Amino acid sequence: MRYRLALSIRYRFDRPTGAARQVLRICPADLPGVQTVESCTVSVRPEPEDRRAFTDFFGMRALDLVLPAGLTDLDFTMTAEVTRADPGQVFDLSGPLAGLRADLAAHTGLDAQSPHHFLAPSPRIPLVPDIARFAAVATAGAPTTRAAVEALGRALHRAMRFDAAATEVDTPIATAFAGRHGVCQDFSQIMVAGLRSLGIPAAYVSGFLRTLPPPGRPRLQGADAMHAWVRAWTGAKGGWVDYDPTNACFAGVDHVTIGHGRDYSDTAPVTGMLRTDGAQRGSHSVDMDEL
Amino acid sequence: MTDAAAPDDPAPPAAGPGLAGYAPLPGVPDEAVAPDGTIRALWSRMAGHLADLSPAELALGTARADQYLNDSGVFYRQYGGGNSTERPWPLSHIPVLIDQQDWNTMAAALMQRADLLEAVMADLYGPNRLVASGRLPPSLVAGNPEWLRPMVGIKPRSGHYLHFLAFELGRGPDGDWWVLADRTQAPSGAGYALENRVATSRAFSGLYASENVHRLAGFFRDFRDALLDQRHEGEARVAILTPGPLNETYFEHAWIARYLGFTLVEGEDLVVTGGQVMVRTVSGLRPVEVLWRRLDSSYADPIELDPQSRIGTPGLVSALRAGGVSMVNALGSGVLETRALMAFLPKLAPDLVGARLQMPNIATWWCGDPAAAAAVRAAPARLILSPAFATGMPFDVPGAAQTPAGALSAVELAQRLARDGAGLVAQEGVTLSTTPVLVDGQLVPRPMTLRVFLARTRTGWAVMPGGFARIGAQPDPAAIAMQRGGSAADVWVVSPGPVPRPSMMAAPAGPYLRGSPGALPARAADNLFWLGRYVERTEGMVRLLRACNTRLAEGGSAAAPLLEACAPLFAAQGIDPAKAIPQGLLDTLAAAITSAGRVRDRFSPDAWSALADLDKSARRMASRTKPGDDAARALSALLRKLAGISGLIHENMYRFMGWRFLTIGRLHERAMNMAFVLEVLADPAAPDGALDLAIEYGDSVMTHRRRFAVSTSRETVIDLLALDPMNPRSLRRQIDGLRDEIDQLPLANDHGALSPLARAVLRLHADVATQDPETLSSRRLRSLRARVGGLSDLLTKAYFP
Repeated sequence: MRYRLALSIRYRFDRPTGAARQVLRICPADLPGVQTVESCTVSVRPEPEDRRAFTDFFGMRALDLVLPAGLTDLDFTMTAEVTRADPGQVFDLSGPLAGLRADLAAHTGLDAQSPHHFLAPSPRIPLVPDIARFAAVATAGAPTTRAAVEALGRALHRAMRFDAAATEVDTPIATAFAGRHGVCQDFSQIMVAGLRSLGIPAAYVSGFLRTLPPPGRPRLQGADAMHAWVRAWTGAKGGWVDYDPTNACFAGVDHVTIGHGRDYSDTAPVTGMLRTDGAQRGSHSVDMDEL
Repeated sequence: MTDAAAPDDPAPPAAGPGLAGYAPLPGVPDEAVAPDGTIRALWSRMAGHLADLSPAELALGTARADQYLNDSGVFYRQYGGGNSTERPWPLSHIPVLIDQQDWNTMAAALMQRADLLEAVMADLYGPNRLVASGRLPPSLVAGNPEWLRPMVGIKPRSGHYLHFLAFELGRGPDGDWWVLADRTQAPSGAGYALENRVATSRAFSGLYASENVHRLAGFFRDFRDALLDQRHEGEARVAILTPGPLNETYFEHAWIARYLGFTLVEGEDLVVTGGQVMVRTVSGLRPVEVLWRRLDSSYADPIELDPQSRIGTPGLVSALRAGGVSMVNALGSGVLETRALMAFLPKLAPDLVGARLQMPNIATWWCGDPAAAAAVRAAPARLILSPAFATGMPFDVPGAAQTPAGALSAVELAQRLARDGAGLVAQEGVTLSTTPVLVDGQLVPRPMTLRVFLARTRTGWAVMPGGFARIGAQPDPAAIAMQRGGSAADVWVVSPGPVPRPSMMAAPAGPYLRGSPGALPARAADNLFWLGRYVERTEGMVRLLRACNTRLAEGGSAAAPLLEACAPLFAAQGIDPAKAIPQGLLDTLAAAITSAGRVRDRFSPDAWSALADLDKSARRMASRTKPGDDAARALSALLRKLAGISGLIHENMYRFMGWRFLTIGRLHERAMNMAFVLEVLADPAAPDGALDLAIEYGDSVMTHRRRFAVSTSRETVIDLLALDPMNPRSLRRQIDGLRDEIDQLPLANDHGALSPLARAVLRLHADVATQDPETLSSRRLRSLRARVGGLSDLLTKAYFP
């Protein structure tokens, strides 16, 4: 499937800002066999004073920007053409969960794809005993690691309510889980915490999701969204699998990946420092058109 | 000591009077006394020296050392009970002596270890072959909070990751040295080591002069030169990056900056632009090419490292990626302090540095390795379990984090290792040698560790010939941390022959050039300005309070209308004049000390001592002085101390930008105060005696008598205190001074194009200069005061944005 992707992020400030520094992680990734990026451009308004592209540890394409002082408006726009392969029918090659530890011990290396990065607690995903108990119950009896991933994802989808108003971007996962509500970021980080508690290396994936209109209705512009899901390591044979707990499905042609990290903090689309006395408003919109 | 080997030397005296009664702990090796009870040859002259001293002489010597530390303002910050306080430096006066040969062996071993750590660092932040080839467990790196992924792949601009290291050493039961901990993040203590040296040499000046003790200055000089070499542009700076005045060892950061002539900066002083690090100065942005950081790596950049950091510089990692700055040590170097790494370093050494380790580190097992866990289960006695990712020495962490493995049942131990093996290390319990320490005039044995410093210089690693011994408060090694009452001693490396006497002057490399003082960091300028204001504000308050208390003493109730007239003056400064030494005065002094504390690298130690002394006196007086005559006398004493501070600043401070901001602060505050005092006390409606009070406040009683052979009138007072350019306390004189100083500020006067600040002060000057006593009404004084206040805003906007 080929897509034209457009992401627009806008900020409006009541009072002019001080000089600012921002790092953007909004460009889709080239993933051999999964997705190919044919083109990708990012424009910034107003023009930044300094602009440097770099690739971060986990292979994400990042853009380091220095912005002039006195902003009232700030717009980032990303447009890209991406081909997303259809994973089709996937066979479960992963072994039983009990064998995962040996697979992990046999794996050396610390490159971006190494499962070793994704087992320890990370800045946004501490150990949460309640989540660990939930994960243990949800996956009891799962014959394989992949089955355990799916079982936990489905259990979370059943137990948690999607509620865009219930959590903020920095709500701790323990709080979101206690309320059994949240958005894709909460679903995904909670699932990552659960997988790690089971000894399954799990990463947080940032990306885009195409929203299909109800049958017979035209697709609305901007209805697509930035999205997040989970990537779990299911052993030497099973490898990495992407699961979307918000929608209780494995990631497919509607999911386009920006990149992965240990949690939201590694993959946040916009991080930075910007000083302002007044209020600020931010909004974003995504369009994913099939070509 | 080589003379110890001479066979015909008389045997050293058995515990002479100096060490008489000094008894090492049974079964514990001692630095000064051999197991057979004889004094070691190395210590014989020290023992003799101590024996020659009467208790009074000894007390005098130690008091001299303490006085030195006190005068220099040496302190560290102690935490506890939710707040922190500055503590005097806990010097243990008896130095630890180390024999030259012993030292040479240690130094060579530590240089080898430094090379090993550099190689491990280069691998962890480069190709990561050690993990890929199975020589380091992946979880030890991947799960390590000190391994900073954003730094992977960023090559250090200087070619090296590590430049300044410290090692904690202890002497084991067999007399050999062991590495207890590697300090690679941002080791502290080198500056304190120098202060210990100066203080200790004062306590034992005779002995220090006659013993061949290696000097420390050469080590610092060589490291300074090496840091200067790392610059690409001659104009760029080397700066010391400090977490700020609340850090435990801030004193040392300021001290080293002053000693080496580097700029002391905090994260917010720096800005990254165009891939370069710049420091905000009063002359605009100036490049910094070398940062000697004293803050932990993860705080350095809130954008790419810890987003919670409030003391970092946004974009610092970006500048490192662009090769715009050298970082000493490279960010992420804290990973080398990981305790579990000690289990692997001995095995890595042959491959990475071509030889086995010359000095062992404390025996360590990482329990994530099944074979190591089995070994721990098999022989748990004497082993201590603690967190694998912990840094520092095992007995430095709070007790709860460590468990003697032998205290657990075999089942408990096995369960714990199975459950959390990868998170645990087992290490052999530490035994330390003891060294003589003075406690209440008696020498007693206390455990000690050595902190030895290494710096990368033009010719490779250099080891500071001396260092820093940490001494336990109790015979138990667990109480060695200074936060828990331990102390620090100087370390003397004693040579058999004469030692070189280096100085801090660099070797001449060309024609003599007068060093340029460099641009003043904006934060320092801000603090100096406020220091000037607070000191002057204190003086103004003291003068007014003294005048009022004198009236109170003389006139009793007749003084009431006068005191009432002064009320707005006191109210404006938050002063309760019913108190002899009001709290508001103490608060202003505290603010002055805070400002001075933030510019310790630019403020003379004498002036600091004088300020601290003033503060102490004021606080002491506050508790026992009564209003009236008693207070007037106490306030006079404070005024004399204030005059001392002014004198120190005026006579001793180099007339450059820092002095200028301090002076502007003083002039500004004095102008504000004088305008206010005249507005209130020279007002036609002011009560009888108000004019005399104003004259006394302005310290102008004599002059008034000489110039005007009449009694005070509004005109004579206004003339003398507002308009007379010869009177150092007049409003006019302050405005003259402000105009002159502001004109000298950077960018104030660009070939006749005046800055808003320079323009404002020039206008103000013209207005004051053209007044006469009849036109300068109370209302006009109020307006002038507001305009002086406006200068402060313009100054802040222009120089401390």
